[in-house]
Amino acid sequence: MAEQVYYEDIEAGSEIPALVKYPTTMQLVKYAGASGDYYQIHYDKDFAVANGLPGVIVHGWLTLSFLGQMLTDWLGEGGALLKLSGSYRGMNKVHEDIICNGKVTKKYVEEGKNCARVEIWAENPQGDKTVTGAAVVTLPSRG
Amino acid sequence: MTDEPVISEELQGLLNVEFGPEIYEVEKGFLKKFTEAIDDPNPAWRQVTPPTFPAALVPTALLHRLFNARTPLTRLLNGASELEYLQPIKVGDVISVTSRLTRLRQMEGKEGPTLFMFTEVTCTNQRGDVAVKGKNTYVKY
Repeated sequence: MAEQVYYEDIEAGSEIPALVKYPTTMQLVKYAGASGDYYQIHYDKDFAVANGLPGVIVHGWLTLSFLGQMLTDWLGEGGALLKLSGSYRGMNKVHEDIICNGKVTKKYVEEGKNCARVEIWAENPQGDKTVTGAAVVTLPSRG
Repeated sequence: MTDEPVISEELQGLLNVEFGPEIYEVEKGFLKKFTEAIDDPNPAWRQVTPPTFPAALVPTALLHRLFNARTPLTRLLNGASELEYLQPIKVGDVISVTSRLTRLRQMEGKEGPTLFMFTEVTCTNQRGDVAVKGKNTYVKY
């Protein structure tokens, strides 16, 4: 576990440690079962291709879960997530890396809480941004 | 291409109709299955749910109507998701999920007409506190 990050440690432009995930078809089947999203584009290649897709594609929610993991790993026990959003702009294929990134865009105090706004995005190995989004977090203070 | 409208009367009729509540008990096994599926080993998720857990609190009644409504557009993708956390959702909580379709928007996309369906979900715990507010956009094309 990384050391706790504090509000005083960050500024606009601070980067969040990247997280790389590698989803397999088996993971998509597990995710379908766990989430109840059994849409066949996520595990049936013939169905996906017949729908004009390049093959089985990763659930947008699963890629957003990876971005959520990146954020909560960074926030540690002392921080918290207040808001999380993602737009599914491109498709992540299975058996390819998904690279999760984030950057602080703003820090501010609101209602006594130390908050930060974070820009988040996921990339495929070609460097295309497949999911872009934002998060609002609170961080503990050293004071 | 048929002349059938993309936004049918059936879809229009679903606008701002509240669906639910659908009740989900957050059992330990349900949470374990979810965290294993997203492959997030954080030990905090043994008791508290990870950020995207509300994806598993599906407003099935609304989605069933949305996805099966008659429209000439047959293909479906998830467009965007947004979550706001007001209370943590923990093991043992009983969550009531209500949902509604808030907006329909038709656009010309790369592959012809595209329909955006904007939905909102509210997850309320057994104490009556709103735990999570969610928005999701579904795309038919």
